[in-house]
Amino acid sequence: MILAKVLGNIVATQKNSRYENARVMLCEQITPEGEAAGNTVLALDAVDAGVGDTVLIVQEGWSASTVATGKPGAAIDSAIVGVVDRIDLLEDLNGSV
Amino acid sequence: MQLARVIGTVVATVKNDSLKGRKLLVVQSLNKDLAPQGKPMVAVDAAGAGVGELVFWCRGREASFPFKREDTPTDCTIVAIVDSDKHVNSQ
Repeated sequence: MILAKVLGNIVATQKNSRYENARVMLCEQITPEGEAAGNTVLALDAVDAGVGDTVLIVQEGWSASTVATGKPGAAIDSAIVGVVDRIDLLEDLNGSV
Repeated sequence: MQLARVIGTVVATVKNDSLKGRKLLVVQSLNKDLAPQGKPMVAVDAAGAGVGELVFWCRGREASFPFKREDTPTDCTIVAIVDSDKHVNSQ
């Protein structure tokens, strides 16, 4: 899974039928420190995430289609599966704990 | 999935049988500001997209699921056409 920040959503009328009723969210991958990692991705929303939320995105097809549409086998490769409350990190990964 | 702009078409006469009749398009992935991100790729079209349109595409094994023959050899498939540039609502 990757950490990302929700930036907004995308509207597409003409789409694969399995995307009906799904919310396509525009997200930017972030580092654990919260900085933008410079990679914009799309993911279907499975948890009612909102703009500005830090989220967990699963980038594996079976899991993503199952959580986003209720069954596997759709052309969906990413879904938001969690909203992050907080991330605790060691202050210095190279130093002692 | 990634946002992308369709920037061209590909013609391939000799190809895998399950790609017969499929439209091959060159897509350039875009970031949140609709600026290019990464290198262009060739995608199989499953949404009826054309050159110049804003689309999004699906990667991996799932890319073959829109097709009746699920063994269609693709790892990059256009699954939707974004209504317009203004329908990318980034805040």
